[in-house]
Amino acid sequence: MLDVAKIRQDFPVLERRVNGKPLIYLDNAATSQKPACVIDSLASYYREYNANIHRGLHTLSEEATSAYEETREKVREFIGAAESRSIVFTRNTTEAINLIAYSWGRANILAGDEIVLSAMEHHSNLVPWQLLAAERDARLVYLELTADGQIDMELAARLISTKTKLVAVTMMSNVLGTVTPVSELARLAHNQGALILVDGAQGVPHMPTSVARMDCDFLVFSLHKMLGPTGVGVLWARPEILEAMPPFLSGGDMISSVWRDRVKFNELPWRFEAGTPNIADVIASSAAIDYLRTLGMENVRAHEIEMAKYALAGLQEIPGVTVYGPQDATARGAVISFNFSEVHPHDIGQILNDGGIAIRAGHHCCQPLMRDLKVAGTARASFYVYNTKEEVDAFLDALKEADKVMGHVACR
Amino acid sequence: MSLADDLYRETILDHYHHPRNSGTIEHPTVRTEGVNPLCGDEITLYMTVDNDAISDIKLDAHGCSINMASGSMMSEAVKGQSLEHAQEVVRTFKEMMLGPSPDVFLPEELEDLEALQGVRKYPVRIKCALLPWNTLLEAIEKARAGSKIP
Ligand SMILES: Cc1ncc(COP(=O)(O)O)c(C=O)c1O
Repeated sequence: MLDVAKIRQDFPVLERRVNGKPLIYLDNAATSQKPACVIDSLASYYREYNANIHRGLHTLSEEATSAYEETREKVREFIGAAESRSIVFTRNTTEAINLIAYSWGRANILAGDEIVLSAMEHHSNLVPWQLLAAERDARLVYLELTADGQIDMELAARLISTKTKLVAVTMMSNVLGTVTPVSELARLAHNQGALILVDGAQGVPHMPTSVARMDCDFLVFSLHKMLGPTGVGVLWARPEILEAMPPFLSGGDMISSVWRDRVKFNELPWRFEAGTPNIADVIASSAAIDYLRTLGMENVRAHEIEMAKYALAGLQEIPGVTVYGPQDATARGAVISFNFSEVHPHDIGQILNDGGIAIRAGHHCCQPLMRDLKVAGTARASFYVYNTKEEVDAFLDALKEADKVMGHVACR
Repeated sequence: MSLADDLYRETILDHYHHPRNSGTIEHPTVRTEGVNPLCGDEITLYMTVDNDAISDIKLDAHGCSINMASGSMMSEAVKGQSLEHAQEVVRTFKEMMLGPSPDVFLPEELEDLEALQGVRKYPVRIKCALLPWNTLLEAIEKARAGSKIP
């Protein structure tokens, strides 16, 4: 189990007060807070060895290059990948998916092919495929969800067919919290000769991750949701797939030789990292990964199951609250979307903010899922390593207060 | 007074729980739709115009309290008014929400709108309050354009 009291001391922002109340940060699915070691790492790069990488022969450049490449090695270990050359740094998950859609997608998706998505994908793992499908006259196929927000696997077995070229699914839903049975989907995809892309934006920060165990072909995620800085995304792909992919962005760094009329591209992974990358933030990502490894991802997952269990039980006791997604805390992450009778999510969010509690309200970049749920939006509380049961209690009390402010819509 | 009390005043909650002129009109002169993609507020405005005046207005709205209350108050403020006067009311309201000072003179028949002044302190919510009014402006323009083209 996590020593949450000790963890909290590592996060300077948790000392903040909002509207006169101690900050209770429950918007971790949007982005997480950062521990002091990450903030310090950023500052120390700029103070001590700021330099461009892969080009200078001077000490500063060597230090920066080796710190940058060290992060790649840490990422490799963290996701159980075999080779660090198949880890590409991007700006975020969205850019990583676009890289795949533009490079692999445009080289492999043809008219009549099918791209299989789940009905709970983030716009980031939907719109790039929609554009590609339109351009290539390919078809998007959606895996529907059961009543408690899980992928209907019987249907999946029928929908994933020889026409399928790619299955692109989230590892954990950022709305429903659902944990996807990725390795089963991988088996269905591979049996039909298709590849599988896992959107790990929510999964990787909150669960032990192994690309070998998932048996996926692509994994993408963002460091800013896992204690790291903004501006760093990761694309991992099987090296043989990455090797065959045409470049996405071109220019400096991604080349090995350039003539007036032709070019020889650089090796992996640099072939896909054109231009000066986000050096400081990649380097500081090391500190975030070290921090999570020290906590142990098994412990992180166990803590979040605890939090989800506690919050779900509390929410169920409030009349008028509807929770979306699996009711069983072990089948989901600690991201909980709900509606509260007729109180609009916006009003809930606003009133909670008065009490220093940060939650998210809206469609969470999942408009098709909102339409399926027949709601305009939801309120969403999402938890991480520094959240406590006391904070859950404060959140539940504030919800009851919100109902009072709105004139007892729910608890009449 | 807490922040929430300032925003969720009695008048606002009354309009939210009992929206005026809520519903649809079967054969309106114009019908316009407004959405606030950020939060999912949606509104469909129906308006019947006779002799350049708003003889009937109905709102079919799904949104947060501020959005619903603002639309309800707006419908009361402009029903029966000439298009020109309605446009003036919109101008006054927008001035109150977006102008340099909230202290805009409100004639007696618009006094209820003062309750929405508190929204100024919540920049993200101003859009919610403005949605019905912007939708009305569009409806007025449509009605004008329509009346020129027989
Ligand atoms: C499941 C999922 N996919 C993709 C994204 C996009 O991540 P980013 O904004 O870092 O590109 C998010 C984050 O909001 C997410 O939750």
